[in-house]
Amino acid sequence: MRRCARWFILTGILFLAACSETGTGGFGSGSSFGTDPAGAIGDPTSPAYFQSAIGDRVVFEIDQSSLTEAGRVVLDGQADWLLENGDYSILVEGHADEQGTRAYNLALGARRANAVREYLSARGVAGSRIQTVSFGKERPIELCSRESCYSVNRRAVTLLDNLGS
Amino acid sequence: MKMMRYFGKGTLLFRLVLLIQLAFFATLGAAAPLRLEITEGVVEPLAFAAPAFIAENAGGAEYASQLAELVVQDLTSSGLFRAIPSRAHISKITSFSSPVQFSDWAAINAQALIAGAVTAEAGGQITVKFRVYDVFAGQEMGQGLQFTGRADGWRRIAHKVADVVYSRITGETGYFDSRVVFVSETGRKGSRKKRLAVMDYDGENVQYLTDSSALVLAPRFSPSGDKLLYTSYESGFPRIYLMDVGSARRRVLQNSNGTMSFAPRFSPDGNSVVYSLEKGGNTDIYIMSLSSGKQRRLTNSPAIETAPSFSPDGTQVVFESDRSGDPQLYVMPARGGSAKRVSFGNGRYGTPVWSPRGDMIAFTKQSKGRFHIGVMRVDGSQERLLTASFLDEGPSWSPNGRVIMFARETQGANGASSLYSVDVSGRNLKPVRTPDGASDPAWSPLGG
Repeated sequence: MRRCARWFILTGILFLAACSETGTGGFGSGSSFGTDPAGAIGDPTSPAYFQSAIGDRVVFEIDQSSLTEAGRVVLDGQADWLLENGDYSILVEGHADEQGTRAYNLALGARRANAVREYLSARGVAGSRIQTVSFGKERPIELCSRESCYSVNRRAVTLLDNLGS
Repeated sequence: MKMMRYFGKGTLLFRLVLLIQLAFFATLGAAAPLRLEITEGVVEPLAFAAPAFIAENAGGAEYASQLAELVVQDLTSSGLFRAIPSRAHISKITSFSSPVQFSDWAAINAQALIAGAVTAEAGGQITVKFRVYDVFAGQEMGQGLQFTGRADGWRRIAHKVADVVYSRITGETGYFDSRVVFVSETGRKGSRKKRLAVMDYDGENVQYLTDSSALVLAPRFSPSGDKLLYTSYESGFPRIYLMDVGSARRRVLQNSNGTMSFAPRFSPDGNSVVYSLEKGGNTDIYIMSLSSGKQRRLTNSPAIETAPSFSPDGTQVVFESDRSGDPQLYVMPARGGSAKRVSFGNGRYGTPVWSPRGDMIAFTKQSKGRFHIGVMRVDGSQERLLTASFLDEGPSWSPNGRVIMFARETQGANGASSLYSVDVSGRNLKPVRTPDGASDPAWSPLGG
């Protein structure tokens, strides 16, 4: 629960509910779909701004872990925000779509999370502020079995952890 | 947490005593012995009769019919046997010691006959004795046997009887007295709750080993059947746990921060674990001694290396790697070293599992938008696909290497996973009943 409380900011009420329901689930709920992030969206130092205005996630091509052009733009924004807001560390969750075996998708999600870590690192975010985890195909956001859902599920999501709180 | 009933020596709840009886009949010889050779060519199941067992005292009556029925269910579920229904029987077995009227059983074309008797003992025990007859040769196959065990474990006794019958007729060991550990699934696809469960191979006696507070994946039995390896997100990150099945006590295996470990399997001697370790986005295969915790790296490549599985002699490891560009199967020495690619078909291969007989590798194959469970020789030749669906994944071998259990997931937002089994020949595909959704099945060794 302690970890849940620390990671609540971006994922808000639903995530907290998931934590209390799951007890020791930690921030590894994988349920990083957007709810009500903390702070006002108009406040550029708020997690709400990070999530909505900058974007908390990037998506990937099928079976790929290289960042897209659009993904780099999002991560540039994340890096700038993190450099401005030094109180936060991050957990990057890597995910895969359901096309693939469980173990392979875990490894693929790890590659994706790491691609984000390396990019942010290269943009100056201290490595000590970044953790990664993969959920493979375990936590899809969109549930259909079509590319329109798969393209959303192949993602890496940056969760904020306010060290000062 | 419910305690496990079955595996582990000295469990009080269930002690089986096998007593080999003296032969009641001298072997008569002469006629060609009844033998069902299990080959890909077998299509016609062998007809047999298993009338209700004889209750040798009042307490035994409760079990007499259900024992025979479960033996029938086991044998017919294999697809190799066909039971002649009792309404077609023209002869009755009224006494376990009376001579069998072979002509009556031959008249209904029963090639094999199973005669049994059950006696209730003091202390909640029952004794089950049985004989197997080759009807057309007019002789007993092997010797009469008896099992004594707790009455509430009568199902296990019936499974043992069925294993003996299977073995006498096919010449191979059975698999009915076995269990399956799996991941029980509830909840919607995007927020699935998962917990470890174990059950008899036929879906009975389900017991839960973890709650659903943390995501759990891919449990595997130890070669002795008393321990499990599995992956859990208990810490927030995937790590490998070792669980004692009897007590459900568990410990985490390795815990270096900033890494993920998953896809564990025991070595055939049960002393080591081969698994995947991810560091800095790269996943390789490692081996760890369970006693010392010492780890050694077996692969060293920037590609994804995962899903390792030992050969039963412990000398080789088959695994999955995308070093060629997409996931394929490779075999390497168990000490690491150069790996040889064995899968060459069109498609993506994963989750290889070495057969307990050592002769084949089962795998998941993804091709043209469909998933298949398949088998190939260990050199990659003679690939055969046994199943096809939207998503079939994660084969596990029966202890005798004749049947494969796997998970099948249906597509779409309401997609759900459930277990199936299929004969290694590709026949006899059927669902395995579980209370909720189920995935990642792993078969135990044959019970002791």
